[in-house]
Amino acid sequence: MAITGEHESLTGAEIGLSEADPRDYFELLKPRVMSLVVFTAFVGLIMAPGSIHPFFGAVAILCIAVGAGASGALNMWYDADIDAIMSRTSRRPIPDGRVTRSEALIFGLVLSAFSVMTLGLLVNWVASALLAFTIFFYAVVYTMWLKRSTPQNIVIGGAAGAFPPMIGWASVTGSISWDSVVLFLIIFLWTPPHFWALALFKQSDYGNAGVPMMPNVAGVRSTQKQILAYALVTAIVGVLPYFMGFAGLAYGLLAAGLGVGFVWYAIQVYRMDADDKLMKPAKAMFAYSLIYLFGLFAMLLIDSALTRFGVWA
Amino acid sequence: MNELYELTTKQKKSRRRRSIAIALVLVSLVVLFYVATIIKFGPAILARPL
Repeated sequence: MAITGEHESLTGAEIGLSEADPRDYFELLKPRVMSLVVFTAFVGLIMAPGSIHPFFGAVAILCIAVGAGASGALNMWYDADIDAIMSRTSRRPIPDGRVTRSEALIFGLVLSAFSVMTLGLLVNWVASALLAFTIFFYAVVYTMWLKRSTPQNIVIGGAAGAFPPMIGWASVTGSISWDSVVLFLIIFLWTPPHFWALALFKQSDYGNAGVPMMPNVAGVRSTQKQILAYALVTAIVGVLPYFMGFAGLAYGLLAAGLGVGFVWYAIQVYRMDADDKLMKPAKAMFAYSLIYLFGLFAMLLIDSALTRFGVWA
Repeated sequence: MNELYELTTKQKKSRRRRSIAIALVLVSLVVLFYVATIIKFGPAILARPL
């Protein structure tokens, strides 16, 4: 059916009558990214010295999750044009026609405002300011500025994904400490090898969309070298919590073991032929990088919980 | 004269689901701030001049 005036005829879709389901809006929040954010923020919150009422701890995690989701929605609003081109993102709600760009923008802005204000009012304003900065950094600095202009996009933009444990920590202490900076650094340094491994086997996708990822700009060989360099530094920083005394020996041993694995996978990527079509080592590195980060933070959580309950000294 | 647009069944259903979702979020926010107020102020919230 159409709306007909004297000179025009519009369909329901053209006048913006939505068929979007709540699930489509939920998809705008990038739930899988959100789950990693929730997990690392929770670890930061548990590890922080001091205490927080469990209810406000849950509120803090909820706000961090919603804030991260909001930045995901803002990212999908801005990147809808390139999302439509890449196979990995073409089924997202906006390119798929389920949600309009303006709906995603309003949704992202409203959730950003609510998450930041609620965290500030109910928990503390340091954590709230960090969350606001994280959303700004991801939506504006990374998405609008860096992503389409430099191959260093995910190196600098990775900071946005690294802030959640600091926000969790600040929710308890109301401050930033060197310990929380190390948690930030682990994720910050882990991000480039993680994403460049993906960029290696999705090179044509990024190339078609005009996103200047490292393999497309500097070449496969240079990316392989940089992945190895970042993996080495990540593995070293990964064991710092033990040497700085805020994680136990069990964590130190696991982090060292997982770090050796991370470097080993990076070496396999380094030795991969640049013309390799299957790029199996890059795919394996990408999968292992997720296990690596999850393993580290899971062990930090276990270590911290057992120490707190007096099981470990 | 303009012809009125009648929503399709799918549009009506999705609008209803969106409305329910918004209502649930708003009720959750009310509960969240109510519980937070009780925890922050405790019984002292009743000790105020009427």
